[in-house]
Amino acid sequence: MTETDSSDGDRGAAGERPPDAVDGSRPAAVEAESVTFDREGIRAGFLTCLPIAIGVGGYGIAFGMLARQAGLSVAEAALMSATVLAGAAQIVAVELWAEPIPVATVLLATLAINLRYSLMGAALRPWLERLSPPRSYGSLLLMADENWALTMRELKGGGGRGAFLLGTGIAIWLFWVAATIVGAAAGGVIGDPARYGLDFVLAAVFAALALELWEGRSTLLPWLVALATAVVADALLSGQWYILLGGFAAAAVEVVRHDR
Amino acid sequence: MIGEGPLALDPLVVGVVLAMAIVTALTKIGGFWLLSRLEVSDRVEAGLSVLPGAIVIAILGPELATGGPAEWGAAGVVLVIMWRTENILLSLCGGIGAVVAFRALL
Repeated sequence: MTETDSSDGDRGAAGERPPDAVDGSRPAAVEAESVTFDREGIRAGFLTCLPIAIGVGGYGIAFGMLARQAGLSVAEAALMSATVLAGAAQIVAVELWAEPIPVATVLLATLAINLRYSLMGAALRPWLERLSPPRSYGSLLLMADENWALTMRELKGGGGRGAFLLGTGIAIWLFWVAATIVGAAAGGVIGDPARYGLDFVLAAVFAALALELWEGRSTLLPWLVALATAVVADALLSGQWYILLGGFAAAAVEVVRHDR
Repeated sequence: MIGEGPLALDPLVVGVVLAMAIVTALTKIGGFWLLSRLEVSDRVEAGLSVLPGAIVIAILGPELATGGPAEWGAAGVVLVIMWRTENILLSLCGGIGAVVAFRALL
């Protein structure tokens, strides 16, 4: 956590930037903007993510209870949350769990559900590629849907805090693992997370993020393509292929449209 | 046999969990690793730049499509609060409050 070009995140770095990089926050400015990796960035990410991590904790409790019902011990459920850290994949895995464990099915489902992370990680490349490999890869291991969304918002806004993903990831990890243990140990205390609206957290985060990622008219076509592809694919295919297909379809349309 | 007590760690279960962890880790770093090693043209770069929004929409669309008026209304509340205040915490609290209220009312 040394070797940074700024001690306090975004503002402190302004004086060191080349003059042409100070103005904008749009992709063109990304090239010249500095990306820091320091304690302040981790802290900012952690604090920003706290309220969302509490919502994630709601899912964690549900996962813990499901895992226990599937026959996993508290320790096994906690181990899965601590090492896998992928909510949807874990919930599907314990739904598939049986005696004997269908190992190939579980692993294939995990791969299919989590392939979207490859696209998400690729989307963070403009910023993460300026960090050292242990920092970028280490941060990516703590990536989940919610903190990816927050990090994307932060970095697109031009803050340049490369440690934001790590900070948000630590918050998610802590609450996910702790909630798993609580859920697995306590059993049916909370009941259905839908009663407290916790099942709506993910949709709410993504609705808020969509508003911020909107960049005007040019965004409309790829988004409509993504929406139509995802809704149709979700209806026709099992698993979560619709996320990948929606993302790829939008990217393909943009590649074709480029320079026209 | 799986688990005798809360702290039981069955070797097979631990093995499957760790295999899941490895598969997941590969998906998380795979896209970034691959793109760091490829020369990417402007055209492909343009395609990649729409990915964040497209993924958000691809997750959000079907999620809302499987919901009903309560979820749609609550998503509208999130959008309005976010648009007016640009405060993500306020938007989330408003959205969750709205979904609970709408589900009770509708």
